[in-house]
Amino acid sequence: MKLFGYTLPGMSSLILWGLLWEIVGRLDVTFFVPPLSEVVSTLISVIGTPAFLKALYETAYAFFAGVFFAVFIGIPTGILMGKSRLLDELLLPWVNMFLSAPLTALVPVLMVLFGFGMKAIIITTTLFAIWIIILNSRAGVLQINRSLVEMARSFGASPLDAFFKIYFWAALPEILGGVRIGVIRAVKGVIIGQLLISIVGFGALFELYANNFLMSHFWAVLIVLFALAFTISESLSYLERRVSYYAAKR
Amino acid sequence: MTGYRSLFLKVLSAVLVFGAWEIAGRIPVSYSFPTFLDTMSALVALTLDGTMLRAYAETLQPLAVGISISAVFGIGIGLWVGLSARFDWLFSPIFIVMQAAPLAALIPLLVMAYGVGLTSKVFVVCIMAMPVIVLNTGGAVRNTPSSLQEMGRSFLAREDQILLKVIIPAASPVIFSGLRLGISAGFIGAILAELKITPTGVGDIITYSRSIADYPSMYAAIFSIILFAVLFLNLVERLENVLFKGNDRGYVSD
Amino acid sequence: MSQISDRPDSASKPVPENAVAARNVSKNYGDVEALRDLSLDFPRGQLTSLLGPSGCGKTTLLKIIAGLLEPSSGEILVNGELVDGPGPDRAFVFQDFALLPWASVIRNVAFGLELRGVAKSEREAIAERYIKDVGLAGFENSFPHELSGGMRQRVGLARALSVDAQVLLMDEPFSAVDEQTRRKFQEDLLNLVANENKTFIFVTHSIEEAVYVSDQIAILLPRPSRVSEIIRPSGIRGKGADSIRRDPEYLDIVDRIWASLRSYVE
Repeated sequence: MKLFGYTLPGMSSLILWGLLWEIVGRLDVTFFVPPLSEVVSTLISVIGTPAFLKALYETAYAFFAGVFFAVFIGIPTGILMGKSRLLDELLLPWVNMFLSAPLTALVPVLMVLFGFGMKAIIITTTLFAIWIIILNSRAGVLQINRSLVEMARSFGASPLDAFFKIYFWAALPEILGGVRIGVIRAVKGVIIGQLLISIVGFGALFELYANNFLMSHFWAVLIVLFALAFTISESLSYLERRVSYYAAKR
Repeated sequence: MTGYRSLFLKVLSAVLVFGAWEIAGRIPVSYSFPTFLDTMSALVALTLDGTMLRAYAETLQPLAVGISISAVFGIGIGLWVGLSARFDWLFSPIFIVMQAAPLAALIPLLVMAYGVGLTSKVFVVCIMAMPVIVLNTGGAVRNTPSSLQEMGRSFLAREDQILLKVIIPAASPVIFSGLRLGISAGFIGAILAELKITPTGVGDIITYSRSIADYPSMYAAIFSIILFAVLFLNLVERLENVLFKGNDRGYVSD
Repeated sequence: MSQISDRPDSASKPVPENAVAARNVSKNYGDVEALRDLSLDFPRGQLTSLLGPSGCGKTTLLKIIAGLLEPSSGEILVNGELVDGPGPDRAFVFQDFALLPWASVIRNVAFGLELRGVAKSEREAIAERYIKDVGLAGFENSFPHELSGGMRQRVGLARALSVDAQVLLMDEPFSAVDEQTRRKFQEDLLNLVANENKTFIFVTHSIEEAVYVSDQIAILLPRPSRVSEIIRPSGIRGKGADSIRRDPEYLDIVDRIWASLRSYVE
């Protein structure tokens, strides 16, 4: 989009929307939308409070633990599926199924099995993230250029060498793509888990603010959450672009 | 041969998983982990006495309404965004943020604003399903091969003809797959709404059976809704393959 | 094969002798000059090639003639009339074929007529005739992805022929097909020029192809592109399609063009 010959940066329209928010808030259209300025000032006052820091810590903990398991189980599984046809045919139907299944329905099961706590939330997060990571790692291995594999063999690479020096790197752009989508899903998973289990992290915080009609607190936490999610997703896609330069060239 | 092998492996894989479930239930790994067979018999019982049918009638309501609204508005906004750089600048960031953000966090607010009824649940389905539909549609329209558009112009197509005869057909496979992803997200939203807002439909069976520790029924309901969603999405994907066979090939020289 | 002698020498005819004329055409993309002050005449009923190294703006010129791009300055005349956009007097054949992947061969061929609001039965009758002409009879209901690259380009050609434009604009039409198919195409193109009384403007980067099919070759040199030379391989035009490639004049011209282009090729 250009204005007076000057190209406006991509996300700059959000400023306009923020302005609209402020106006709607000032006009007192609805109790649920306080002015943005009020939300921001609440944000500043809330951000250092122990309750907020505790929620942030708990959420971050569950999120990173969930992503950790998803990545370190998902990538090897995907690579093995790409390498072994038998394993692929046994696992692929399940991976595809869970990829599009409404995983929210599984949260109650996790709650009865693992209790109303961190463990269930971490597993929810992993479940949201892992399937796309497996699928992309598999796709990454499957598309590896045959002649690259043959090159490695003709130069006498051992299977282990071939794995770490060829397969992993050749599949890296796809793997990172999967991790990026997986992480975005994990953010959603961790919040959904907290909402349903709702005694820890931001889930508890939202409950508290909603029940006490603290609208600007609610929006402030929401903004922090959205901004964090967006930052994570953008920085991962930046990383992906850094790597995918060679993806286009093979 | 390969057809048999693939079918055999699929059956084997199902037998392995369900067998493991059965054994884990018999040990049992947890008092709240019923065996596969118990779960299936609960599923049959729930289906036969009509509970399941009534539950689905209720669950599918917000889903159907929400998906329809998201499809109409999502594709509409997506077309608009894809065609006009100005609207792209204005609207895309909102949907990009929505796509990356955990929108489920809005649920407590929606409940306060719209109560615990159908409206809130429809809203939940919409906010989950709409972003991917808008972004896919916009991207598909923007990525219509420029040579096809030039072809249309060089053969004197009017603007509306280019839109209807070139851009929309060229974009429809991606629009359709956006719709499929939207439905998948809509399912997540619909169930979330039933578990979080008020227990109705399948969510009610899950919540109620859990509260009375009737775990086979609880697992049966979860099993059935996951199976239902997966089968439905598979059906949509099949439809997609039939409708757009060969669509993604054919521009490029090979 | 008498296009050469056909060229009218008097300018007193009601229609100008050149079907298409480019007058002082320039095109800039921002700071980059793609074309500078380019003037070129395209004689009626003949095939003119635009030949040059990649990035020399030959496709840009073709798209300006087609009305798909606007020149930054200068003008294009088709039959003496100023071009301001695509028109029914010109039809385009695309390098990547630009077929609608969701439409059958017959609908693709009839697409230009469909856009003009010609009734279905009428346009399909016309399309069928041209499908037969390009040698695709029996493939009317196939889809593009079921055809080979060469067959797809025949569909693109039939589509351009079916709107009955006087000027055919071909943007490297044979570059995406294999060598043998390309030779067959080139022979067919010679027949088309001889039989169809249309003006052809043909963009190519193959020297041999240009010399083989052209009545007039305009050699464009890059950045900014201008016409450096116009070659008319008139001596070989009357010969049969089979003997052209063995003709000494053909070989001489190919050599001469290569000599003038080689310094521009990295």
